[in-house]
Parts: sequence; structure tokens; C-alpha cells
Amino acid sequence: MPDLEELYREIILDHYRSPRNRGELPTPPAHRVEGFNPLCGDEVVLSLEVSDGRLSDIKIAGSGCSISQSSGSLMSAAVKGKSIEEVRELIKVFKAMMSVHEASLADGDRTTGVEDASEPEPVDLASLGELAALQGVVKFPVRIKCATLSWNALVQGLDEAAEGS
Amino acid sequence: MSLTGPLDVEVVRKDFPLLTRTVHDRPVVYLDSASSSLQPRTVLAAMDRYYETTHANVHRGVYATAEESTALYEGARRKIGTFIGAVDPKREIVFTKNATEALNLVANSWGRANLKAGDVVVLTEMEHHSNLVPWLILSQAIGIELRYLPVDAHGRLDLCDLDRVLDGASAVAVSAMSNVLGTISPIPFIAEAAHRHGAVVVVDGAQSVPHLVTDVKALGADFLAFSAHKMQGPTGIGVLWARRELLEAMPPFLGGGGMILDVALDRFSPAEAPWKFEAGTPPIAEAVGLAAAVDYLTGTGMERIVAHERALTTYALGALQERFGDECTVFGPPAGGDRAGVLSLAYRDVHAHDLAQVLDQFGVCVRPGHHCAKPLMRRLGVSATARASIGLYNDESDIDTLIEGLAHVGTVFG
Repeated sequence: MPDLEELYREIILDHYRSPRNRGELPTPPAHRVEGFNPLCGDEVVLSLEVSDGRLSDIKIAGSGCSISQSSGSLMSAAVKGKSIEEVRELIKVFKAMMSVHEASLADGDRTTGVEDASEPEPVDLASLGELAALQGVVKFPVRIKCATLSWNALVQGLDEAAEGS
Repeated sequence: MSLTGPLDVEVVRKDFPLLTRTVHDRPVVYLDSASSSLQPRTVLAAMDRYYETTHANVHRGVYATAEESTALYEGARRKIGTFIGAVDPKREIVFTKNATEALNLVANSWGRANLKAGDVVVLTEMEHHSNLVPWLILSQAIGIELRYLPVDAHGRLDLCDLDRVLDGASAVAVSAMSNVLGTISPIPFIAEAAHRHGAVVVVDGAQSVPHLVTDVKALGADFLAFSAHKMQGPTGIGVLWARRELLEAMPPFLGGGGMILDVALDRFSPAEAPWKFEAGTPPIAEAVGLAAAVDYLTGTGMERIVAHERALTTYALGALQERFGDECTVFGPPAGGDRAGVLSLAYRDVHAHDLAQVLDQFGVCVRPGHHCAKPLMRRLGVSATARASIGLYNDESDIDTLIEGLAHVGTVFG
């Protein structure tokens, strides 16, 4: 079943079985943000530590399907230690891969991506590293919101952290 | 089809056009009837015929098609009333948008007219959000107290403390069949106790009316809500049945055209029941479709449908257990008289979304998620299940394909 293999790539299953950066950080100094998918009950809890313009630490907790959990794990590994600028750039590229416009990812309400599928932006997959494994999700529009759950929370967390500082 | 002998599922399947399509190059295996059922050709044809030959607004025009349209709409009311054993089918059936709106009508109209702060409404832990949130809204608005009948370890209502919970209650709102567990609850028993305590009985029949023989007199209910699209009818129309004297005493819910006797700039007087609850142009074609669905169910024979679905449920529970043992959990009671064909599955520790995704590749339609019953899911200790639900058109090969798909889940997530 080629479609399934494209969705459930080995890297995704690996991150699902052995999630990276699992747990929570003490708040403060960390900033805590939750993300919910009201349709399926999946939830993600991010702990973000921002210092000197960098995302110096990130932990991720919660429960959900293989796509939401592996996407969170892959995200945490990709953004940890990066400058906020680099993280924002990565979010932008990831969103482009998911064919989701900035507005819809930010508000988190309409991230099916269906309406955007016809106008893909060029995506530099090489810059995404392991995250490129999530590319197969785009073929399954309903699952895009699983893949973007933790990214929505990250956007919200970074915005709130910026406001708070 | 002959009305003697068991239901011939091969004949039934031919009546449902959607079952002839393929998905991912496989025949569709539709196991999501608890969410929404499929429609037989006769229902689709009745609605087409209505739009092609008769369509006009009801209760207004004097021209021929307007009269015919009104006759079809009111005929549908009598047909559905008769189907559920209403004493006065013409006056006890209110058409709504769906079962959810019917329950909101009860909470808002009956509830606001009859309840005040501190009054008690009894619900259960296994209610669908549609029989929960309207009462929570009412609780926030006027301060009624909500009590809950608990669910036991087998997924049945725990009625040990029924009399204590009912003590002083004004209403009991309970589902006749769980949309998550397939549990058929003993409504006549609960209703008898509720009436002894002076409480009215509101029954959510969204799952039970399509899959059981329904007689509101035998249920002992005061209100019964259900949806057409779960019983081979179209979306967009639901039904509230209530005893006539209750409907007549209740204030209107939605205001607008069609529900009034007279209107002045400073006052209005409502029409009689049931029309005072049907503001605006109603779902006419949908009522025609619902009437055709009732004809289809009656023509097939509700007793035979119940027997067919029960046998298939027993087959499914046995086959899942035999193939997967403890790796597969089906929530709810074991096969038996109080067990309907709603199979909420957990397979190993694979998330319901992933189960449903793999099953989709086999053409199998199941629903992953919390099934609009979050309090029950918390009670079961799960965030989501994959729900396979049986309809009259399902057969053993559908269950076999479900099992084939589940086995493949093990390969992917092994």
C-alpha cells in the first residue's frame, strides 16, 4: 500500500515510538502552551525556554496519533537551540510543505489545507532535514491538522513569550 | 422482498447505490452508520420526484402543487408518528433540523417554562454532547442542578442508586442506545421510576430508533428525539415526539413565519402544536425523504432488521476476539439482548486515527475520535476510539474486511 508507506515513513514511526524531548520544564522560567485538536481529542503541551534570542530548551508532552506525536517530536529536535529567527523561518518552510497559509496555521481553526492544495509554494525540502518525512501527510488532508498541532502551539508560545518579555 | 424469513442482505445491498462504488480500488465497506446511514434508491427517488413534480411552500399557497406539497409534508408527519407508535401522530410530531435541535427544543422550551434554580435534571455519563450541552447551557443560564447516572465496568448504566438519584428530580434525559458502547438502556424501567418521582422522561433515540422497534407507549417516554439521516433518510431533518398535552403547554422555541396565529407590533399568539415549533419554511423534501425511509424500513421489516444486525454484531464480537484476543478491545457490553452494533475499538496501543487511516486503505469507513461523548471517553480512560457501526446493509464480509485491515495495522505499527 504505497500511500500508507508514504504517510507512515520509518522516521515518523521511530519518533512516534521513541519521542524526543519528552516531558515538561518548570515554569517559570519556561513558557507553557497547550494545543488541542477538538475533533479528535489530541493534545500537546509545549514547554519553551527562550534566552538570548534563542529557543534554548523545549519539552513536549501530551497524547495523540502517530502523526501528531511524531511531528511534535521531530519539531522539538529541529528547533531546540536555534535562534528565534531560525525557528520562525523553519515554521514558515514547514507550513509551506503542509500547503497551509500562514493565517490558517496561526489561527489553528482551519488547517485542513484542502483549499490551499492547488497553489503549492516552492519548498526547500533539504532545509527541513528529517521533517521532510512528514511530506506524505499532505496527501491526507484530514491529517494535516494532526501534523500542525504542535506547530500551532509553537507559534502561539513564541508569540506569547515575545509579548511577555 | 418477502417479509417472512430472515433479511436477505444481498437483496438489501442492491438498494443502496453508494455500496457499488470503490475507494482505493476496493469496494467500499461502510461501517459508520452510527454517524450517518446510507440511503436506499427509493428515498433519493422520492426526493427527486418531489422537486421535479410538486415543490411549493407548505401551509400557504392555494394552488394545486402547494396543496400537494402540504399533503406530502403532513403525510410524512403522520407516517413517522405511526412508525414510533404515537397516540396522535398528526399532533405529536415536530420536525426539527436533527435530533440535536429536538433536544435543544426540549431544554429551551419545556426546560425554561418548567424549571427554576435548584431544580434537578438527571442525565447519564454516557450521553452524547447533544443531550448534555443543552442542559449544561440551561444550568448556566438558570441554575438547575445536574445529576448523573454512572456507567458500570461493562458499559451499562449503573441503576443501583436510581431512586436516590431521582429523588426530587424534575426531568431525566437519557439515551436509549449509546453511540459509543452500543448499550441498549432499559428505558421502560427508568421511565417508570422517573414517573414515580414526578420527573418527565426525555429520550435521545438518535441511535435506537434506526436499530430497534420503537413504541413510545412501551418506552414510557414523554419526549423522544431522533434524526432522519441515521435511519436511511436524508440529512437536514430530525424529529421530536412528545405527548400532546406537553407540546400544547410548551412555549415556542424559534420564532418566525408559520408558527403564529396572530402577530401585532407589541404581541403575538402562537399557532397550535406542533406547528408552533416549526418556524420558517421547513425541510419539505427531507420530510418526503424521511417518509420514504420509513416505508423502506417498514417494508423490510424492523424485526428482521433488528435480528440481522444482532446476529452480525454477535459475529463481529466473536470474530474480533478469535482473531486478536486481548490485542483488540471492544468497549461496551458483551453480545446479548442489550448490545447493539456499535463497536468502539482499541487495537494494541495504536491511536484511533491511525487505525482509521489504515482501514481507509481497505475501503473500510469507520469513525475515529471521541464520538461527541467526551465525559464517557474520560470514564473509559481513552482519548479516542475507532468506531465501526453496523447497518442493515452490512454483512459478514464487511466484518472480515475490517479484520483484514486491523491485521494490517499490526504490520505497519508492529
